[in-house]
Amino acid sequence: MNKTLIAALAFVSLVFPASAESISDRVAPCLACHGERGTSATENTPSLGGQQAPYALIQLFMFREKLRVFEPMNEMAKSLTDDDLRTFSDFIAALPKPAPPADAADSARMARGETLAKQNRCNTCHNTDYSGKENVPRIANQREDYLAKTLAEYKDNSRHGYDATMADVMQTVGKDQIGELAYYLAHYR
Amino acid sequence: MPAISFASRRLLLAGAVFGAFTLSAVAQQPASPPAAPAAQPLPPGSPMIGRPDNEAAAKLAPVAPPPIPAAADKLPLAKLKVPAGFNIEVYASGMANARSLAQSDKGTVFVGSRLVDKVYAIADKDGKKSVKVIASGLYRPNGVAFKDGTLYIAELSKISKIEKIDDVLDNPPKPTLIYDKLPKDEAHGWKFIAIGPDNKLYVPVGQPGNNVLHDADHGQIRRINLDGSGAEVYAVGVRNTVGFDWNPETKQLYFTDNGRDWLSETVPEDELNRVTKAGEDFGAPFCYQGNIIDQELGWGKDCKNYTAPVGLMGPHTAALGMRFYTGSMFPKPYKNAIFVARHGSWNKSQKQGGDVVLVKLNKDGTVKSMEPFLTGFLEDNKYVGRPVDVMQLKDGSLLVSDDWNGAVYRITYGKQKVAAK
Ligand code: HEC
Ligand code: HEC
Repeated sequence: MNKTLIAALAFVSLVFPASAESISDRVAPCLACHGERGTSATENTPSLGGQQAPYALIQLFMFREKLRVFEPMNEMAKSLTDDDLRTFSDFIAALPKPAPPADAADSARMARGETLAKQNRCNTCHNTDYSGKENVPRIANQREDYLAKTLAEYKDNSRHGYDATMADVMQTVGKDQIGELAYYLAHYR
Repeated sequence: MPAISFASRRLLLAGAVFGAFTLSAVAQQPASPPAAPAAQPLPPGSPMIGRPDNEAAAKLAPVAPPPIPAAADKLPLAKLKVPAGFNIEVYASGMANARSLAQSDKGTVFVGSRLVDKVYAIADKDGKKSVKVIASGLYRPNGVAFKDGTLYIAELSKISKIEKIDDVLDNPPKPTLIYDKLPKDEAHGWKFIAIGPDNKLYVPVGQPGNNVLHDADHGQIRRINLDGSGAEVYAVGVRNTVGFDWNPETKQLYFTDNGRDWLSETVPEDELNRVTKAGEDFGAPFCYQGNIIDQELGWGKDCKNYTAPVGLMGPHTAALGMRFYTGSMFPKPYKNAIFVARHGSWNKSQKQGGDVVLVKLNKDGTVKSMEPFLTGFLEDNKYVGRPVDVMQLKDGSLLVSDDWNGAVYRITYGKQKVAAK
């Protein structure tokens, strides 16, 4: 992870300054971490494909303003203009949505995850197929490690949401249930 | 009160045990393709309690404003409507997530925010306005209040101040902490604050969820001395108030309170409440809008044991900022009436609110009427802006903040030199 990170950051500082670049040149460093075709192959790094543009815009804004803290992303977003934020989020939304993992999912785990997701009405806001809407992110087929990490961070409030919604939701989701939810959402079909 | 916190812990525990039980039950099933499980009851305290399992409900989610403030020429000014004889103009823009308003004796307007980390000042130099960020790196600094040269700022779980603020607008020091014995819950944790006629700072602590039992530190309005000492509970049974003011005649505190989500499309309505004596209980989460016993938590309770609201503000409309109008610019019938900003609903298929209404009172301080005043923020069931707070300027004009666009509007009456809309 660290090696990818350093490599990507080095790449970034080489590529970034030129201003008249095309959008595909400008997102190249982003996609080095987040995956070329919308699906991330990097540990703990979210897939961005098919993400809701308003959600992506909010998150990029939050990284820029250090309202959401993750050093490499804060660094990446630091000098982006408002227009850049919009351009990047629209670009992200148009990438192909991530594919579910190829291996067959463990049906017992899927059933447990589905029970939890239904019990907690995760589909209320994230849409019935977990594709998200507006400020609510797509979570279907997101990377399992990232889902588990970020849900745990909402629960202990080390990831501050834009608003209080997910902190509130996670109050009644047990720490031991996060793994099952992440597994289910990552493998959702 | 300790009894309540005990009960809530027991409930949580029961939820955990129940959860573990259902889990192991599922785990024991054979690994053959399981049938799609039916929805389990929600864990106690879940923000989704009451949400029916249907398509209409699945469409609803809290609405979030765009993070970037609208450019001055993109504001929805032309869509906003005020009654005949009134004018509306942009007072200032470019303040991401502009929320609560306060005013210094020199005419500087302070603007808090909830989703960003900043407090803004709109300085007025010979009619020329400029927006400055006077504090940043704060956590949900929704509340601002001003008294005797000092600005008070309420973050999610602390209150701080900047003295002689008008002298330091261009180079303000970091705010100094005065009070932080406050819970850190995200849900309903952001705060509106104001200073009462008793010279105390009033600080609400919302209930930590949609419809939840809680300990004695939540669901209330406190008041503290301006140095942070002497905290006492002033009103309880308060779910989430984001606006209050004192009746200029009776000096009684009036406050808006937001009803719970997911009970139905039409009830409960948000409340306009009046405190007639310290310690009064306004019913949440047991009794809503004065006459609805809550379906989950109200068993064994009776609405007659709680103070009923003096006015109902519409279902899920998010009645937030409210102030009595004491100026002389607006016509006579406006005198001592209340302007209430309704942020607008999310928990409702047809959105409602997203306006500023005028509430007129009877002689005895109860509500006589409610009528629209500023409308046009809601278009095709979508927001083009959302009013949060209202505040009267010294000249009797009225400011309205809009956290969707990051702007503050000014409403005047009669022929003004300013450009009408
Ligand atoms: C060094 C690797 C790296 C680079 C380069 C990088 N990102 Fe990220 N990005 C991450 C990681 C890791 C996260 C998740 C952070 C966390 O766990 O909170 C993230 C989060 C995000 C998110 C939030 C996604 C979500 O689902 O919440 C967006 C949007 C995003 N990045 C966009 C970009 C863009 C646009 C760029 C290029 C300007 C970029 N990233 C460059 C690693 C990177
Ligand atoms: C009341 C609406 C609502 C409900 C119910 C809800 N969410 Fe969310 N969720 C949101 C919003 C809004 C965000 C974006 C928060 C932010 O700004 O960080 C979000 C963010 C997330 C993220 C972060 C995704 C990313 O790319 O970083 C995950 C994962 C998530 N939710 C999972 C869940 C799960 C699992 C449940 C059920 C236990 C759930 N949500 C229930 C509204 C909701």
